[in-house]
Amino acid sequence: MTEAWSETWTWLTHSPLFFVLLTLAGYRLGRELNERTGGHALAQPVLVAIVVVGAAISLLDVDYDDYRAGTELIAFWLGPATVALAVPLHRQAERLRGFVVPMLVAVTVGAVVSVTTVVLLVRALGGDELLARTMASKATTTPVSIALTETLDGLPPLAAVVTILAGILGAVAGPAALTLLRVSDRRARGLALGAVSHGIGTSRALVEDPTEGAFAGLSMGLTALATSLLAPLLVASLL
Amino acid sequence: MISGLTWLLACQLVGEVLVRLTDAPVPGPVVGMVLLFVLLQVRRSGDDATVVRAADGLLRHLQLLFVPAGVGVVVYLGTLRDQALPIAVALLLSWLVGLAAVAGVTVALERLVGRGR
Repeated sequence: MTEAWSETWTWLTHSPLFFVLLTLAGYRLGRELNERTGGHALAQPVLVAIVVVGAAISLLDVDYDDYRAGTELIAFWLGPATVALAVPLHRQAERLRGFVVPMLVAVTVGAVVSVTTVVLLVRALGGDELLARTMASKATTTPVSIALTETLDGLPPLAAVVTILAGILGAVAGPAALTLLRVSDRRARGLALGAVSHGIGTSRALVEDPTEGAFAGLSMGLTALATSLLAPLLVASLL
Repeated sequence: MISGLTWLLACQLVGEVLVRLTDAPVPGPVVGMVLLFVLLQVRRSGDDATVVRAADGLLRHLQLLFVPAGVGVVVYLGTLRDQALPIAVALLLSWLVGLAAVAGVTVALERLVGRGR
């Protein structure tokens, strides 16, 4: 009997079925909380799900690598979802007219500012060089941040975590911060949110307003491109 | 739904292949996004197109797709605690300055361009 238990347990803690279910349940709970609280900024489904799933796998003593492998099925769709961001943009295409130059300049400035400030701040606050290299790409979308951190000799898995935290920050506080900064132009708000909080910020922007969402998605793509080109040069000159 | 998803996957695949062939420093899905955007514009697709419906369905749950990578935070709780100050403060300030910079430059240039017309 105990052997059957331990075998079942081993199966369970390596089973995509269990991990995908756990992830969906955590996400469902997050959606539920979001609805119940009338869309409270802190009740972001991604944040709730990470806390719930993180606590569950820690309690169950599951290896993160096993969990990650088991949820490949979910993470896989991040690529197609990025492609899907063309749709909100397509709907807003006429709003791109006369906006291309301001957009390209703003996103490039944003990429330089993001990389430079985070590297300098980490060093000034007593973080080591490895941490600075790891956090340099935190504004780009997660898959890019991971790949870029490899090029920059940082720690890619920690970069993924920091990048997602930057995204959650945008989903939680982005719209409020932009309002405090008195930015009311929908295109500017979207661009700013996508530039510093990538896909997670974009998901919040899509909820806020269709124009904001479309420009956040576009900004996310352009920021990934600009940062990939500029970060290696910036990091080399700063460290 | 399946036909829409097929379009999304096909665009991503072409993007990934192009990026690898040209060694471009852009993520494949972002090239796929540009490709789909051009296709949608050329075909003047409306909201009833299968790819549009699939995209809307996927984007509604965009946050779900970040959960597997985000749970990786459990592995780094120690590091996050040891370097809490540089991580938290650098992240927050750099994020805020970046946000303000992009919004500020956009609004300023929009005014400039608007005045020129």
